[in-house]
Formats: sequence, structure tokens, C-alpha cells
Amino acid sequence: MTANDSSPHHLQLTRDGQLRHFLTLDGLDRALLTDILDTADSFIEVGERTIKKVPLLRGRTVVNLFFESSTRTRSTFELAAKRLSADVLNLDISTSATSKGESLSDTLLNLEAMASDMFVVRHSQSGAPHFIAESVTPGVAIINAGDGRHAHPTQAMLDMLTIRQHKGQFEGLKVAIVGDVLHSRVARSQIRALNELGAEEVRVIAPGTLLPKDVESLGCTVEYDMNRGMQDLDVVIMLRLQKERMEGALLPSEREFYRLYGLNQQKLALAHPECIVMHPGPINRGVEIESAVADGPQSVILNQVTNGIAIRMAVMSMAMGGQVAERQQKLSERGQA
Amino acid sequence: MTALLDIDQLLDQMEAGLSQALEQRGVESPVLIGIRTGGVWLADVLSKRLGIEEPFGELDISFYRDDFSRIGLNPRVKPSSLPFDTEGRDIILIDDVIMSGRTIRAAMNEIFDYGRPASIILATLIDLGARELPIQPDVAGKTMALESHQRVKLRGPDPLRIELQEAGQ
Repeated sequence: MTANDSSPHHLQLTRDGQLRHFLTLDGLDRALLTDILDTADSFIEVGERTIKKVPLLRGRTVVNLFFESSTRTRSTFELAAKRLSADVLNLDISTSATSKGESLSDTLLNLEAMASDMFVVRHSQSGAPHFIAESVTPGVAIINAGDGRHAHPTQAMLDMLTIRQHKGQFEGLKVAIVGDVLHSRVARSQIRALNELGAEEVRVIAPGTLLPKDVESLGCTVEYDMNRGMQDLDVVIMLRLQKERMEGALLPSEREFYRLYGLNQQKLALAHPECIVMHPGPINRGVEIESAVADGPQSVILNQVTNGIAIRMAVMSMAMGGQVAERQQKLSERGQA
Repeated sequence: MTALLDIDQLLDQMEAGLSQALEQRGVESPVLIGIRTGGVWLADVLSKRLGIEEPFGELDISFYRDDFSRIGLNPRVKPSSLPFDTEGRDIILIDDVIMSGRTIRAAMNEIFDYGRPASIILATLIDLGARELPIQPDVAGKTMALESHQRVKLRGPDPLRIELQEAGQ
């Protein structure tokens, strides 16, 4: 294997450019991101039917491999897999074999021996899903459900779907991401997606202590003063304050943070009147966002949850589709040889 | 070389066949569902010809195809849209061309996920034979067989026309 073969871009696409894993948004072009959004649109319609199920992944086994707990992400992945008619196994690793000393590789080999077709991986280590995708048996799709501080591509794509639903397109949009960018894997994926899809401006609003070094190099502008940062915004994305990730004293206090960077009605009034408010959840009311805003008419937070199921159905069926198409192609090439 | 079949003649045939089928079955208020893409164009035309005012449904069967395990997901899937409750309704299902019958199998599976229709009448513009499943149209604009090098395709929506293509041309 050459160095190029292990790049995320090469790893997650088939030779003819179809998705076969979904690890990061890096290397995915606007056409593919748009395909994901369009496919998700069709799955939204499925979610509105009496029978919210299609037979695409019937007979296939999806394993939710969560090395880090997450109720919402795991349950929407589970529901997405079930609506695709897959059999779903939820594995909470903290309560299973790894605590008995089994290595990650051995856990994976055992799961592969159960003829799993897809692993949905959440891990506190950046790059863990990439590592698994490199070592897994050909034909098994890996979906990144959030790794360390690196990426959370399905969350970013469900945010893009929500923005497109409300704004129609990305051209000309001014979007701000507010809060703990430093510890956020979502923010990185969001900035990447917004730039690729053609947003006019991506702004991060945060105190310097909660921004990564060279944050501008991700493709965004920086604003430390939220009142200035809210001007002309079409979309404001609040990040959750990652309390469990806070190392050391990066903030004076939660109350101070809320005063400076919490979203309340006064600050929202500075944005475009039709500015939508987003938050990946779970929300800390009174820490990042005022209840009147979270529950207000500009909030699309619950749409994000609904869209999360549709986006996850889209990437799961596209990645599985890429795997089966690739396998079929190899078989026919072997037949001709 | 592209030979054109007379679309109007085939539509006349479909209209007459459907009127007769509806009368025979005593169906008074049917709804139309077209299968994307050609079937939707035909549903549009036939709803006007049959005087059916209720908006027709559009079905995208990509999520129900039986060849996902071989070719993966159709990247151009669009949402299905049935602007009525199918439960207990008499449905006219329309596609442009029937061959293997697999598209119709997928379409009927999808329709049943919306509810239990009272009946389904299947109407196609062209029946090419070569069936692989025990599914037959109730109404066909034309029944014909193709040589192995020939392909037939409905183009549209305005104007609708049928292209008979010779391979390699």
C-alpha cells in the first residue's frame, strides 16, 4: 500500500468516486456532498410515511460501535439503520470485552466473524475510524460517528441539510459558529462543508482560549466580540460547551461565558431577521443559549434531529452501495481474467 | 437511425383500454401513480385525457430495486410523492415500458408501504415482453418485441416522443 492509498480521500471512495466509507468531509467535493443532501431529502419523505421503512439494507448487519457514550447520535444511527431494514447491534464498548483486556483489533475480528456489513464508530481518539477502515475486511463499510477532536461528518451534513431546507442554497450565506471551537469535532466538519458548498462567509465567534491555533487556516474568519459577530448573519450555529472535555481553566466561569457568548434574544436581534438558530444538542440552557431562543420561532434545533436520521440513512445506504458495487466490479474483472 | 413510433396513437390506445378496464371493474374514482421518469409524464397526460382531477402521484422506486446488491444506490434518487392516502383507493399504476417486470414489483412493494389499496390497474405505453416475473399489464399502448440490438426510450415531457434506437447508432 502506498501512502496515497491510506489517505482518507482514497480510503473512503471507490475508483469511480462512489462513497464506500464515510470518515471525514476532507476530499469530498461539492457534487458528492450535494448527492448526500439530495439522497437525504428522499429519506425525509420516507420518514413521513405510515411505514417508515425501505428494504435497501435488508439482511445486512450494522454494528454501532460506541467507545464513547452518546445517546442522541447512537439512537439516530440505530433508527436510521432500522429504517433501512438492517439488523442492528449496539455495542457499548465501555461495558464489554475491552474492559476485560481485549484489544481493538480482536474486538473487530470477532465482530467481522459475525458477518457484520457496517461499523458505525464513535471514538475519543482522533483517527480511530480511519484506522479501522484501513484494517477491516474488504466489503465492510465504516461510518464515522465522531472521533476525538477530528471530525463528526454526519452531524455537519445534517446541519447542511437543515440550512439548505431553510435557505434554499448556500451561495451568499453568512454563517457563524459560536462557542467551544477548540474541543469541537463538529466545527471542523462544518467549516469544511460550508466552504465546499459555497457559503459566502464562515465566521467563528469565540474567546481566544477556545479557538485552535491557526483557526483561519480551516477557512473562516474570527470574531471575539459576539455583538459584532452577529451582524448580518443568516445562520448561527451554537456549539455545546464541552464541559467533560475542558482541561484546565479555559473559561473564567459558565456565567461569564454565557454573558459574553451565550445566545439570547438581544444578540439574535442583531442578526438578519430571518436568521436561523442551530445547535447540535444536547443544549445547556442558560450556558450557551437562552430558552426563549432555543424554543423560539427562529430555532430549527428539532429539525436538525429529524434531519439527522435522514442524513444517516443516506450515508449508510450510499457507503453500503459503494461497497457492493465495488465487490461486484472486482468479481466481474476476475471472471474476465 | 432513430425511428419514431406514433405517440398519440399509443396514448389513444391506453386511454381507451383504461376507460374499458375502469368500467369493467366498476371503478369510479381512481387515482394515478406514475413511475419516474417516463411514467410520471404519462400520468400527467392520461389524467387530463381521463378527466381525473385529483393530482397524480410520483413514485421513485430506487429504494426498492432488487439490484442494490449488484449496483448500489441510484445516485439520482428523488423523493416519492403521493398527494393522497392510498388506503382503500383504486390505483392506476403507469410506466412507460414493461420488460422484466422487476420495476413493477418494486413499485407495488413501495405503494403498499403507504397503505393497502383496494386495487391496482397496471398500464404501460409499450410492452416489450421478455418477462422475468409473473406480472402483466392490464393495458398496453403497444405490444412489440425488440431485436437484441434495439432499444426503446420515451423522451419528454414536452413533446413526448418515442425513440427506437439501433445499437451502435
